Amino acid sequence: MAMLNFERKYRVRGGTLLGGDLFDFWVGPFYVGFFGVTTAFFSLVGTLLIVWGASQGGTWNLWQISIAPPDLKYGLGMAPLMEGGLWQLITVCAIGAFGSWALREVEICRKLGMGYHVPFAFSVAIFAYVTLVVIRPVLMGAWGHGFPYGIISHLDWVSNTGYQYLHFHYNPAHMLAVSFFFATTFALSLHGALILSATNPAPGEVVKTPEHENTFFRDAIGYSIGTLGIHRLGLFLALSAGFWSAVCIVISGPFWTRGWPEWWSWWLNLPVWK
Amino acid sequence: MAEYQNLFTSVQVAAPSYPGVPLGRDEYQRAGGMTHVHLFGRLGDAQLGPIYLGWLGICSLICGFIAIEIIGLNMWASVGWDPIQFVRQLPWLALEPPPPGYGLRLPPLNQGGWWLLAGLFLTASILLWWVRMYRRARKLGMGTHVAWAFAAAIWLYLVLGFIRPVLMGSWGEAVPFGIFPHLDWTAAFSLRYGNLFYNPFHMLSIAFLYGSTLLFAMHGATILAVSRFGGEREIEQITDRGTASERAALFWRWTMGFNATMESIHRWAWWFAVLCPLCGGIGILLTGTVVDNWYLWGVKHGIAPMYPAVFPPVPDPALAVPGVQP
Repeated sequence: MAMLNFERKYRVRGGTLLGGDLFDFWVGPFYVGFFGVTTAFFSLVGTLLIVWGASQGGTWNLWQISIAPPDLKYGLGMAPLMEGGLWQLITVCAIGAFGSWALREVEICRKLGMGYHVPFAFSVAIFAYVTLVVIRPVLMGAWGHGFPYGIISHLDWVSNTGYQYLHFHYNPAHMLAVSFFFATTFALSLHGALILSATNPAPGEVVKTPEHENTFFRDAIGYSIGTLGIHRLGLFLALSAGFWSAVCIVISGPFWTRGWPEWWSWWLNLPVWK
Repeated sequence: MAEYQNLFTSVQVAAPSYPGVPLGRDEYQRAGGMTHVHLFGRLGDAQLGPIYLGWLGICSLICGFIAIEIIGLNMWASVGWDPIQFVRQLPWLALEPPPPGYGLRLPPLNQGGWWLLAGLFLTASILLWWVRMYRRARKLGMGTHVAWAFAAAIWLYLVLGFIRPVLMGSWGEAVPFGIFPHLDWTAAFSLRYGNLFYNPFHMLSIAFLYGSTLLFAMHGATILAVSRFGGEREIEQITDRGTASERAALFWRWTMGFNATMESIHRWAWWFAVLCPLCGGIGILLTGTVVDNWYLWGVKHGIAPMYPAVFPPVPDPALAVPGVQP
């Protein structure tokens, strides 16, 4: 049930980083491996801590459940469980689970003879998360600068943190990050649409070729990046979005404490026109 | 670890340029010549050109050029035609829509009339380009998925600049042209309507924006990782599944218990990307027309908690003055 019809010949031993053959098995469709065990441990503990925290939080409304980080007065120390200690433990579990997941992906890549592009890409996302809940709080001297774990509460945190710097759209790294997010989505729509339009052609037509894909984009804009290039471009755009997101928040506070609109005065005061 | 990872093309094959799938009697419209750019070849295809001209493309470019000229010249005029100040203040300069008092009437040119004209030409340019994308696909016997994805983006553009202003009864509701000014508009819009973060369609739009980025990272990385098995030949892999598709599918199946196919990943991609502006447009359209304060809407529907009042209550100035006058 769990196996695709071509799957059996790929289920071979080997490729593990740790544990040798000990954890080299599958559960249903899932590969386990040493890092599968650690992923399961961290995600189970983390989820249970969230559920326990929710049970103490006074609401079971899914939108409003929130696990808040410690008060700023605790600085970089441990806080009592119900005053942010839970948030600290959940953060440890989250980083443990994300890291384990990435290493498990590495083992699967090795088993399938694939490149390491996916775990590398995932590690950029982990980096952005760690920037938010570890690097920036440490640079600012208190775990209380992390964001709360809750649907509405994390939106409120983004809103409030943004307005602390008056107008976050003026943050140059935020501009880059948003532009990369938009560009990635734009490129994804073009790529998805191009493949679908070649394999689902006009009625009565046979399936088209990469020559048609290239011709379509050359006709339209004079350049086609090609079948391999679009995946490099897409990966680059997506990772840039994550990377600049991390940069835009880590410079807010540790390196710039005033309103972001004010930051642009360097441009107005350039010696060429001052 | 010293293993080949596909990042850049290290060896480029010098081949003759490919003029494109034959177009029959329209072939003469392909212009611009063909050349190979080495740096392009490092990342993707080296070939640059040809491009199909056609009257739709030319008219679209002319309309787009006129729109940009109107915007740029208005900005330049706003700094007294000083070229240095134009460059210095460019990020702050704007071509603003008419003040609210004009409603949907035609204002004088310097009271937002130029904004209306620029919007008219920009819209004409975009719609002509849409027809161009549709016809280029059909001419090659392909599906029209690119054009319909483009239509989703046009929907958001039209909601922001045309449909919502018409429903609100004032061109002044629309977005100004300008770098910082359109960011100011966005922030002011969110604040005026009680924080757009509580708008469920804004939530969906953002989720699809991040989801698209996640999908492209996953898809791009997967294809590059199986490129040693020819994974980037996606059409071939769709019609005649090879080991690249099988490994790509099994990677995700073993990782998260679920996998797309070589074709279905592009359907996921198309829908995630299209739903981002589609939901965004719905969210904008409902704002001010149906919902006046998204935070209070969220409280009413149990999404947001009622926060304690920190500051003394201030009457909403928009409620005190019915029918704002300029």
